[in-house]
Parts: sequence; C-alpha cells; structure tokens
Amino acid sequence: MTREELPNLAESKLTALVVDDNFVNQSIHQKLLSRLGIQNDVVCNGKEAVDAHCSGRNYDLILMDMDMPIMNGTQATKRLREMGIESKIAGVTTRANEGEKKEFMEAGLNDFQEKPLTISKLLSILHKLDFYVQT
Amino acid sequence: MNTIVVGQLQRQFQDYIVSLYQQGYLDNQFTELRKLQDEGSPDFVAEVVSLFFDDCAKLINDMSTSLERPDHVDFKQVDSGVHQLKGSSSSVGARRVKSVCIAFKECCDVQNREGCLRCLQQVDYEYKMLKTKLQDLFNLEQQILQAGGTIPQVSMN
Repeated sequence: MTREELPNLAESKLTALVVDDNFVNQSIHQKLLSRLGIQNDVVCNGKEAVDAHCSGRNYDLILMDMDMPIMNGTQATKRLREMGIESKIAGVTTRANEGEKKEFMEAGLNDFQEKPLTISKLLSILHKLDFYVQT
Repeated sequence: MNTIVVGQLQRQFQDYIVSLYQQGYLDNQFTELRKLQDEGSPDFVAEVVSLFFDDCAKLINDMSTSLERPDHVDFKQVDSGVHQLKGSSSSVGARRVKSVCIAFKECCDVQNREGCLRCLQQVDYEYKMLKTKLQDLFNLEQQILQAGGTIPQVSMN
C-alpha cells in the first residue's frame, strides 16, 4: 500500500491508547496511529493504563503490550474489563506461545497481533474491530 | 541543483541500503519504518533507531552486570533483558541483532553463563556495527537533501 493509498481516519475522531514499556515500540505504535489520523496517548505499563481510565479518560482502541513491569497486559486487561471499560483492546506482543496467548485473550481482548506492528497489521486490527471498512 | 551529483548520490544511497539488506543487517521491518517517515516527521527513522541504540546500550550494561559473578547469575534478569532487546530489534528491523538475541535466549533457558557471555559480546558488536552503518546511510540522505534531491524509495521485493 503506498502512502497515497493509506486511509485517513481523522474524520471518525477515533482515539487510541498505546500501552507499552518500550520506548521504541511506543514511538512506532504512536506513529502508526497518527499516520492513519488516529489521536493517541501513551502510557508505560498496565497500571498507568488503569489509572488513566480511573481519572476519566476513555479511548476507542487500546493497543496493549503483554510483558510490562508493575502490571502486565493480561492483568491490566482483566482490570479494565472489571471496571466496565468497553473499549476495544488489541493485544500486541512478541511472546506468543499458545498458552500465554490464550490467557491474554481470555483476559478480555478483542484482537491479538504479533509484534512488530506494521500499517497492514494495524489496519487488520481496525477492520476486525469495525473501525474501518477495507475497500 | 546539480542533477548529476544528485543522481550519483541517489544511486550510492540505493546501492548502500540494498547492501545492508543483502548482508542481513536489516529486514523488511526497516522498510516499514521508512514508510512512516514523511514531511511532518522527516527524521522519524533516525529518531527511532537512536532510541533503539540507547536501549541496546542500557540493556547490554544491565545484562553484563547480571552475568558478572559466576556464582550469582540472575538468569531471570538476563532473560528479561534479552526479551526486551529482541523486541526492540525486531521492531526496527535490526535482523542480525535479533538473530543473536534468539541464540542468547537459548543460552539463558539452559542457564549457560559462558554462552550468555559470548552472546552478550556478539550483540554488543552487532548493534555497534549497525549503528555505524545506519549513520553512514543517514549521512548519505543528508547529502542528497543538501544537494537539492529527494531520498529514493527503495523496494526490496
């Protein structure tokens, strides 16, 4: 897909939260979202993601890493669902053995992608979660 | 703009970046990163790889400390560092660094301290080598821009 063919979702006013403890991944995931016109924030671990929601922030989409200090992605996803947060949560991780993936999904994910994320993978997430219709 | 000079620099750039892929320094994820660079963020790739190299230096230092004493190796800490490094290297397309991380993880899994030390040395070498290569690449980009040209999009398909 060329740059000119990338959809611009700015009109849909989607918002996203990047939850990842790695600065390289934070930077890339934020850029991917911005490229598609999706406003986004970033936090460094699951606890910060939970705290952000406790303070009243809400997002259409959460990109949740699995391995993070303090509170990992599985724990954070469970907690957010217990709080009644209905945002779409997509797990993104490099650790993807079947058992860990199953546990992560069962915590309340809507989708799962293996890192590294690319434009295509992000569009796949958005399409699967009904944020974007591929033409 | 001297079109002959720009053309030469652009060809040099293309040849160099292709060689980096062919020699295994970079993989397709680097191509994906370059796609994200635009007029609004002309230094995006340089900024992200700079974060990656900072990450490498810190993680290697931490792992070195964990591996220092033969009688007191914290393999869990080392494994965590390797996992982080593998993730970062995968995200920027640093193929050789990622390959060493895979071998490094295997040494961690069997608690092979000597193997871990060898991998640590290798990963240190590979990230520094890549850093030098990418600096040369970014320098070529700057030369092209200063000569009034544009950076070629290089397809590796």
